[in-house]
Order: sequence, then structure tokens, then C-alpha cells
Amino acid sequence: MQNRVVITGMGIYSCLGKTLEEVRDSLYHGKSGIIFDPVRKEMGFRSALTAHLEDPDLKKVLSRAQRVYMPQQAQYAYCATVEALRNAGIDQDYLNTHDVGLLYGNDSSTVPNVKAVDAMREKKDTTLVGSGAIFQSMNSTVTMNLGCIFKLKGINLTVSGACASGSHAIGLGALLIQNGLQEMVVCGGAQEVNPWSIGSFDGISAFSVREDEPTKASRPFDRDRDGLVPGGGAATVIIESYESAIRRGAPILAEILGYGFSSNGDHISSPNVEGPTKSLMMAIRRAGINVNEIGYINAHATSTHVGDTNEAKAIYNVIGDQRIEVTSTKSQTGHEMWMAGASEVIYSMLMMKNDFIAANLNFENPDEDSAKLLIPDKRIEKHFDTFLSNSFGFGGTNSTLVIRNL
Amino acid sequence: MEKNELIEKINEVLAEEFEIEVADITPEANIKETLQLDSLSLVDMVALIESEFGVKIKSSELINIQTFAALYDFVNDNQK
Repeated sequence: MQNRVVITGMGIYSCLGKTLEEVRDSLYHGKSGIIFDPVRKEMGFRSALTAHLEDPDLKKVLSRAQRVYMPQQAQYAYCATVEALRNAGIDQDYLNTHDVGLLYGNDSSTVPNVKAVDAMREKKDTTLVGSGAIFQSMNSTVTMNLGCIFKLKGINLTVSGACASGSHAIGLGALLIQNGLQEMVVCGGAQEVNPWSIGSFDGISAFSVREDEPTKASRPFDRDRDGLVPGGGAATVIIESYESAIRRGAPILAEILGYGFSSNGDHISSPNVEGPTKSLMMAIRRAGINVNEIGYINAHATSTHVGDTNEAKAIYNVIGDQRIEVTSTKSQTGHEMWMAGASEVIYSMLMMKNDFIAANLNFENPDEDSAKLLIPDKRIEKHFDTFLSNSFGFGGTNSTLVIRNL
Repeated sequence: MEKNELIEKINEVLAEEFEIEVADITPEANIKETLQLDSLSLVDMVALIESEFGVKIKSSELINIQTFAALYDFVNDNQK
């Protein structure tokens, strides 16, 4: 008998807002978080488009000794996690007395590495790099920082699965709880937002160059899409066993019904159709539901040609001619990469809890494959109780979550 | 830099970096205790002194620098 897994808290720090309420309103009103960043142009970027968000000011809430080990994405993750824990009704006393786990998606920490290498080259003395660099520069920087700040005592590790990291983190956390190995896991995804971290991504011509219209650049599923727009921030969900939530009298928001995954075993950057199809089918099978119970699909669709085409094919393979709304919130946020799998669960949750589906912005003309799907280009008011969220990443890693309202 | 000016500047950068009040620093006070340094943040103090004053403190020399007065003397004696 497996434990049921429920979501009891959410928190987010994104280009759409720094609280759940702000993000809900941005989704509802179709606000875009994308800007043109002139600094990137000066740095030689092919595309200077990016999501925009400020760095948090944590000087008054964390000590120097805590902050010095935190790169940008760990700061985002801290903010998101404070909000998620508060919403879940969890205080420090609870964390001190229970073995709460931590699984967070993150797959880069570029700025500390750049700074450390620069310092080593200039000073020729490793001591002068400073104490923060080693802790800031590791991929597991988010989980090592959050684990120490919140004094967590359960599983503690970072999930690096490229742009599916955040989704896999939630899925793996759910598996641990289902199997009785953890009662509660803090899950999420974080993504740094700075030119250094994505210059090499820009270099392979993956980004949209529609620089004269930043808010129209991210156009998933649209016939005239020309690439993704990079974004980031952090998103945290508190997941726990149903019994734990009932015992605590916690606000039970939704149940994680199914986690599906697969690997394409194919090209490093070009996705295929078979791998994602398998991931979707596995998630639905494990959820124990019929496809027609799904009320909304939050697509991975990043606004790249081949990615969106192949996902549209995969979704069609699974749902056929059933009319289920499919959108990509990346039309508003850009591609939040390591964070996306977690943030898109929260975006979908906010829509589910508030009876609407945000517009797939800039969906003006379908292509052959997206024409087979029901993709609303305007917000619709709709009650739904079950959604499916896709996340796919470089190397062909795929993750799908099916979540039901409670 | 004159020594009085140097002392003032050292106090200022240390207070700023380690988030204490300049008034908390006295010449005979223990550096580690005053700035609440552990083995990691001690590294940051060494890096800070190098970047601000161009003076490198080797590990073997650090052992002898327990008080602010000792630090002032060391930086003053090794300024370029």
C-alpha cells in the first residue's frame, strides 16, 4: 500500500511576481516578464532578450555567514521556500523535530565559477578567492544552503536533469513519500538569471531574436516562433503524505497522482516524439486515471521549432482528438529551465485553484502539429480538477506530473 | 597611507564586511571573537585585506595576528 502524496504549500520568486497572489494576477492578465537587456548586446549576445527579476535583498533576514555561501539562485530559492513553508503552516520548531527532506532542481551556478576563476588567474593565490566560492559554485549549492538555513534533517540533494530538473525533483520526492521513506519533502527548482550563465546557450542560436518586440518573442506553438527566451527564479512546493497533512491540520491543496519519466536515448539537443510520449503515458498510467479526466495540460513548449513540434505530436499521440486545453506558460515567463518543472506546477495550481487557464500568449497561427491541439490564445474561465505538466531537457530527459485538486 | 588613516580604513572595511559597528573594534580586542570569524570567514578577512590594501597574510603569519593592533602593525609594515 503506497502513501498518497499531497501538496500543502507553495512559494515562488519569478518574473511574474514574488508572491503567489502577484503571480496569479500576472497569469490572469497575461503579463509578460520578458525584456530587452542592452548589457547582453554589449557582451556580444545574438539575442538580448531575457526574463527580468530583481535580486532579493536578504541582508536583513539572513546573517553574513549565511549569505556568503548563497549564489543568486539559492537566494531566489530561499525566498520561495520561506513562502512555501509559511503557506504550509510549518515553523522552525516543526523542522527541528521532524526529518524533512529537500530535493531541488538546479543545473548550473555560473557566476561564482567565473568569479573564482578570474580571481585565481589574477591573484595566483587560491586563498584570495574567498570562502564563499566553493559552496556557491557547486551544482548542489541550493540544497546545501537551504538544508543548513532551515536545519533540515531528511534526504538532501540536488536534482540535475537539465530543463526537467524541477519536475524530476517533485516526482522523486513523491516517490520517497509514496514508499514511506519520507513524510515530507521540500521540492522545487531554481534557475540563475544573468548573462554569464546562458551566453553559451545563446551561442548555439537557441534564442529568439525578435528583439524589437520582447513580449512577443516567446511564442510557443505559434507557426512563426524562432526560439526560446531565457528566464529563471525559483519555485518551492511542500509535499507530504496525506496522513501527515491530516495529522498537522495542514491546508491540502492537491494530490500528486502520477510521475512519469523517460529518456530519449537520442540526440543531445533535439527531442524526439517517442521519449516524451512514453513519459506522458507513464504518468497517466501511474495516476490511474483516464485521459479524459485531464482538464488542462501545461506543456513544456519553449518556443523552439523542433521542440514544440515534437511535443505537440507527443501530446496528440496520447490524447488524440479529445479537446483538452494545452498552453505553455513560457509564453509569459520565457524558459525558466532548471526551475521550470516546479514553477509550472505552481502556475498550473494557481490556475486550477482560481478557475482559469492563462492565455498561450502570441499564439497567432498554428503550424501543422499545433493545429491538432486546443491551444487558447486568450485566457479562458474554466474549472478543472486535474492537470498534467510536462518538462523535457537536454540529453533527452523527460518528466511528467499529473496532479489533482483536493 | 599614514598609520592612523590606515587603522581607520581597516576598521571601516572590516566593520562593513563582517557587519559589526566600528565602535566594537578596539586595538587589543581579539579579531576572531570581535568579527565572529570561523575558519571559513577568516579566509575572507585575508582576501579582504589583500584586495583593499595589497597586503597578503600567509597562514604562518596569521597565527601571530590575534588582535587588531597586530593586524594594524602587519598591514602597516607590509604596505607597498
